[in-house]
Amino acid sequence: MAEVYLNGKYVGTVENKEDFVETLRQERRKGKISRNINVLEDFQTDSIYIDSSRGRVRRPLIVVKNGQPLLTEKHVQQLEKNEISWSDLVNQGVIEYLDASEEENALVAFFPEDLTEEHTHLEITPLAMVGLCTSLVPFGNFNHGVRLLQGSKNQKQALGFYAANYPVRMDMDVNLLHTPQIPIVKSVMHEISAFDKHPCGQNIIVAVMGYEGYNMEDAIVLNKGSIERGLGRSTYYRPSITEELRYSGGLVDEICVPDKDVKGYRSEKDYRFLEDDGIIFPEAKVDAGDVIIGKTSPPRFLSSLEEYNLSASSRRESSVAVKHGEKGVVDFVLITENMEGNKLVQVRIRDERIPEMGDKFTSRHGQKGVIGLVVPHAEMPFTASGIVPDLLFSPHGVPSRMTISHLIELVGGKVGALKGEFINGTMFESESEDDIRKALKEFGFRENGTETMYNGRTGEKFKVKIYVGNMYYLKLKHMVANKIHARARGPIQLLTRQPTEGRAKEGGLRLGEMEKDTFVAHGASLLLKERFDSDRTVVPICESCGLIAVHNEYKNKSYCPVCGDNVEINNIELSYAFKLLLDEFKAMGVYPKLKLENKY
Amino acid sequence: MMMTNPFDSYKGKIPVKILEEVKESLPKASLKKISDALQTVYKEYQEAKIAPGEAVGIIAAESIGEPGTQMTLNTFHFAGVSELNVTVGLPRIIEILDGRRDIKTPMMEIYLKKPWSQGKDIKKVALQIKETTLKEVISEILINIAEFSIELKLNKAYLKDVGVQQGTVVKILEKSFKGYSVKLKEDSIIMKSRSKQESLNELYKIKEKIKDTYFKGVKGVSQVLPVKRSNEFVIITAGTNLKEVFKLDFVDEARTVSNDIYEIAEVLGIEAARQAIINEVNKVIDAQGLNVDKRHIMLVADTMCSSGSIKGITRYGVVREKSSVLARASFETPIKHIIGASVTGEVDELNSVIENVMLNQPVPIGTGLPGLVTKVK
Repeated sequence: MAEVYLNGKYVGTVENKEDFVETLRQERRKGKISRNINVLEDFQTDSIYIDSSRGRVRRPLIVVKNGQPLLTEKHVQQLEKNEISWSDLVNQGVIEYLDASEEENALVAFFPEDLTEEHTHLEITPLAMVGLCTSLVPFGNFNHGVRLLQGSKNQKQALGFYAANYPVRMDMDVNLLHTPQIPIVKSVMHEISAFDKHPCGQNIIVAVMGYEGYNMEDAIVLNKGSIERGLGRSTYYRPSITEELRYSGGLVDEICVPDKDVKGYRSEKDYRFLEDDGIIFPEAKVDAGDVIIGKTSPPRFLSSLEEYNLSASSRRESSVAVKHGEKGVVDFVLITENMEGNKLVQVRIRDERIPEMGDKFTSRHGQKGVIGLVVPHAEMPFTASGIVPDLLFSPHGVPSRMTISHLIELVGGKVGALKGEFINGTMFESESEDDIRKALKEFGFRENGTETMYNGRTGEKFKVKIYVGNMYYLKLKHMVANKIHARARGPIQLLTRQPTEGRAKEGGLRLGEMEKDTFVAHGASLLLKERFDSDRTVVPICESCGLIAVHNEYKNKSYCPVCGDNVEINNIELSYAFKLLLDEFKAMGVYPKLKLENKY
Repeated sequence: MMMTNPFDSYKGKIPVKILEEVKESLPKASLKKISDALQTVYKEYQEAKIAPGEAVGIIAAESIGEPGTQMTLNTFHFAGVSELNVTVGLPRIIEILDGRRDIKTPMMEIYLKKPWSQGKDIKKVALQIKETTLKEVISEILINIAEFSIELKLNKAYLKDVGVQQGTVVKILEKSFKGYSVKLKEDSIIMKSRSKQESLNELYKIKEKIKDTYFKGVKGVSQVLPVKRSNEFVIITAGTNLKEVFKLDFVDEARTVSNDIYEIAEVLGIEAARQAIINEVNKVIDAQGLNVDKRHIMLVADTMCSSGSIKGITRYGVVREKSSVLARASFETPIKHIIGASVTGEVDELNSVIENVMLNQPVPIGTGLPGLVTKVK
C-alpha cells in the first residue's frame, strides 16, 4: 500500500505502486493525461508524489525503451527536412519533460553508446544539462561546477554590442565595446544564440606568467601597446532625464537658462553650455557640475506673504547637472512629450573608457581579475617569433581553482588562430585535447603550448618556457572610473552634522566601531579624538540647570532659557551627535543634567 | 661587613617562581654575581610588565575576536568527530563566555586511581558511572489482565555484568512503588496492587513508570566511553555530576574534570571555575589550530569570576555591573538603561572609554590617561 499525494495533498492509496506509476507515465506519453504532470515514486517513504503545479523547472529528454531510444534516424531526417517539429516529437512521446522530482526515478544516459537495458532516458545532448550562459563556457566539462557558474555569471557582466539600435535608445548605464570579436574557441551555443550578432569580448594573446609581482592575487598585466591599438576600449552612456512638471495652482516647471535671481543659482560658468532653450548642445565636453538641462521650479511652499511679494522671483533652481565625479561628451539630445503631455528632455552623455589600472577583465572560466599594471609594449616579454602578449595572467590563479578549461582554451585558441579556423569547444563534444596538441605540433610549435620567451626589459631569455596562446577575454562593466572615490572635506548630514555616506553624495569613509577599537588598543587617545572631530561643536551650558543654553550672537550674550540671564554659562566642546542624544533624552522626558568641572 | 643574601632583598619585588628559577640556574655563583643577575632580572621583569594605560581589555577582545572570525567557517566541519557529540568551535566559545547555565553538551573526563586506571574492570567501572533505569534490567514486561498484576522478566546476563542481585531490584521497586506487593518468582518479579480497586489504565501507567525508574549509576550521566589516553584509561561521559562521581572510590578526584563551569564553581569553588573557563576556551582554540596568548583568556576569565560568582559577557552579566550609564546604554537595550538611570538619578562620571568616545573627549587610555598634577592658576 503506497500513499499517493497530488500536489502535496494526500489523495489515497494504491496497491501496486509500480504498475500505477508506470501506467501514469505511459498515459502521459500517449497524451491521455496532461503532459505537464510528473510522477515521483519515493522508495524510502513508500509513497507516490504526483505534481501538476506550475513553476516547476522541467527539461526535455529522449525516452528510452528496452535500451533503445525512441528518437530514430528517421525522426532526425524528418526534422532536417522540416517535415516534423519539436512539438510533434513531444506529442509522439519520443521526448518528454521531467521535473526535478521525476528525475530521481530516471536513469539518464549521456551518449547513445552508453545505453543499457536499465536506462530510462537519453540526453538530447549533454549540453542540455547546463543553461544557455553556462554552455557558452568552452571545454566546461573539464571544470568544477562552481567555476562554470562563475564563468557564466561573469559573461553576463561583459561589455559587448547589446543592441543594434543603440544610437536611438535611452537606456540607463550602457556600455559598448568598440571592437568586439567572435571567439575563436566556440561552442554550438554561440551559433544557436547568434552570438556573432552580439559578441562581447576580444581574442587576445595571453601568456601565463608573472610580471614583477604586478599580477599577483588575481591581477592582470596589460600591454599598453595593445590598449593604444584599441584593446578593451568601450564607451559608457548615461542619459539625464527631466520634465516640466505641473503643480497645483497652475504652476509649472520651466526648462530655460535660469535667471540670476533664482533661488539656488549656481554660477554663470556652470550654465555656459546651455543654448537659448535651456538645453545643452551635442558634442559639448562636460565636466562634473556643468548644467546639462537648465530648469526652474516654482517655490515649494507658497506662503501668503510670498504670494504678494512681486519684487523678487521666488522660483527655485532645479537644473540637471553632471554628477560629481563624472564627465563626458553630450552624445544625443531628445526633446519630446511624455504621456501626461509634459515637455520631456533627455540628454545622453557618452564617455570613452580606455582600459586603466583597476578595470576588471575576465576569461570565460571564472578567472576574473583587475588590471594591476599597464606595461609599455617595448617592456613586455616576447616570443622567439616576435609575438608580444596582450595580457599576462598569473599562474597562481589555476592550481587552487582547477579551471582546466582555461588552459585548454589557451592552446585551442592558438591552434585556431594559426589554422584560421574556429575551434569547437562545446562541453562534452569538444575537439579532443590530443588533436589540438597534434595540430599545434604540425605548425612547428611545441606540443604543450609553451614557447621560449624573452624579458622585454633586459632581452634575456627566460629560464622557463612560457605557456602562451590565444584566449577570448571579456571586459566587465565594473570600471574604476565609476567607483573611484576620496574625500577630505565635503557635505554633511543635516541631522547629525556627520559626513554624508556614499560616493554619489561625495561621502566620507566611515571609521566604524571596530576601527575605533584599534585606536583605543593603541592608546592613541588624542588621535582618536581628532579623527572623530568631524561633528565637533561648541555649546553653551548653563551651570545652574546643566542644560544647553543659548548664545545671542548680536548681543554677544548668553542666557539660559530655563534659569534666565543671571547664571554662569560656559562653553564646552562636544560631538554634535552627543548634543543630539541629549535632545532626544529631553524628548523622552529624561533630564540629562551636565555637571561641568574644570579639567585642570 | 656581612653580605646579605641577595635573594632576600628581592623578595616581594620579583615573583617567587622567577627567584627560584634564578637560584636553580646559578647554583655555584658568587653573591656578587647573583646580585648582578637579580638586578638584571628585576629590570627585565619591570619592563615585561604591562604599562599603565595599556588597553588590555580591548586588546584581549581583539585577540580573541580576530581568530574567532576564522572559526565560524570551520565549525561545521569538525562537529561530531568522536562517538560522543561535542559542541566545538564558535558556538562553544559563545557558550562559555556568555556564562550559560545550561550548556549544550555537558561532559566529564573521569580519571581513575590505580589499578583501575590501568584497565582493571574498566567496563564494570564505566557501567557503574552510567545512569541506568530499570528498562535495561528488564527484558520483558507482561500485564496480567485477569489478576491485575505486572510480571517483569529480568535480564540475568546484564545483572551479572553489573554485579547486582535480583533482590536489589525487588528492593528498588518496593521503595519506589509503595502500595504494591513485589514478589520474586524464579526469573521474574510479579507486582500486584495492594488496594482492591485497580484499573487497567493505571496498570499501564505503572508499567511505563517502572521503565524509567532510576536503577543504578550516577544521575545525569547518559553515556560513558572508556578511552585510552597515553598509558591510562579515562572515562569520558555525556552529562555531568561531579559531586556524585567524587563519591566513588575508584575516581581520582584531583584530575577529574567537567566542562560545566557552573558545576565546577559549585563543587570546587570560583577559582576552579576561573581555571575551567581558561581551559575550556583554550581547548576550543587549540582544536581549531589557532593561537591566542593565554593572558587574554585569563583576563576574560578574571572579569567573569571577579565578583565571586560567574558572570557572562552579556548585558545580564558583566555589562550590567558597569558603573557608567552611557557605557551600558551603548551596548544593548539602551532605552531600558536610560530610563532606569533617569528614575534613580544616576550620575555618569565619564571615567571609561566608550562614554568619552560618545562625547568626543580624549579617552582615558594610553596618551589620554596622564593628567596634570599641578594646578594651573
